[in-house]
Amino acid sequence: MNLFYLIAFLSIFFSLLVIFSKNPVYSVLYLIVTFFTFTIHYILLNAQFLAIVNFIVYMGAIMVLFLFVLMLLNLNQDSEPMKSNLIKVVGVIAGMCLLVTLVGSVKALNVSDPVVLKNPDIGLVKNLGKVLFNEFLLPFEVSSLLLLSAMVGAVLLAKKDPKKA
Amino acid sequence: METITQSIQGVPLNHYILFSAVIFAIGVMGVLIRRNAIVIFMSIELMLNAVNLLLTAFSAYRGDASGQVFVFFIMALAAAEVAVGLAIIVMIYRNTNTTDINVLNRLKW
Repeated sequence: MNLFYLIAFLSIFFSLLVIFSKNPVYSVLYLIVTFFTFTIHYILLNAQFLAIVNFIVYMGAIMVLFLFVLMLLNLNQDSEPMKSNLIKVVGVIAGMCLLVTLVGSVKALNVSDPVVLKNPDIGLVKNLGKVLFNEFLLPFEVSSLLLLSAMVGAVLLAKKDPKKA
Repeated sequence: METITQSIQGVPLNHYILFSAVIFAIGVMGVLIRRNAIVIFMSIELMLNAVNLLLTAFSAYRGDASGQVFVFFIMALAAAEVAVGLAIIVMIYRNTNTTDINVLNRLKW
């Protein structure tokens, strides 16, 4: 039980570092640590499949993509555009307003049952595979179309224009 | 595996909701206070992850596997979104030599 609070504290700490660090490369590195703490959260909920997918897709693929683009564009602290302090303060206040609204509505709900894993096998690959390939077979196939179109779009966008060059 | 599932038994569902709300609010703040398009993208990833974790917690709480399948679909969508978005950012950088979103206000006209 205490492990959850420790990991939650670490997640919040590192995600604050992501948005407040000046150098974008540090932001990406802190984001990787944040995603690792999320993976630990999934393991705590016994969602093993999601933990592995989070580890491979987010920390492996997406973060490498981010780091690659940052290194490619050669962004560092000197080229980092910063907003004025007034806008920063207003942004933080707006975010806090959103947080207070969400927390207030949760308090009004008055549900605080403990998370009891009724069926601990629910997050295992065997169980999720059965659900995914029975009820959600059509969305699964459509998501392959989405990935294909995203791949084509990304290549088309990032390619240099042959007429211009 | 038993000890790991034992350790989560006592955490109230409210604390998961509060934790996800905090992470989501941090993501919103990141979008509001940064001007670098790539850092704004990272903040959006933070928001997506907060929602993912909450869906997983609800799914474990209700004993229903559909929530975790939705999280899987959201992850596929996030991968596609990042690939296209970073391609757009690279193209913007090639044309304007910066990733500052303020140079994009000429899109208004």
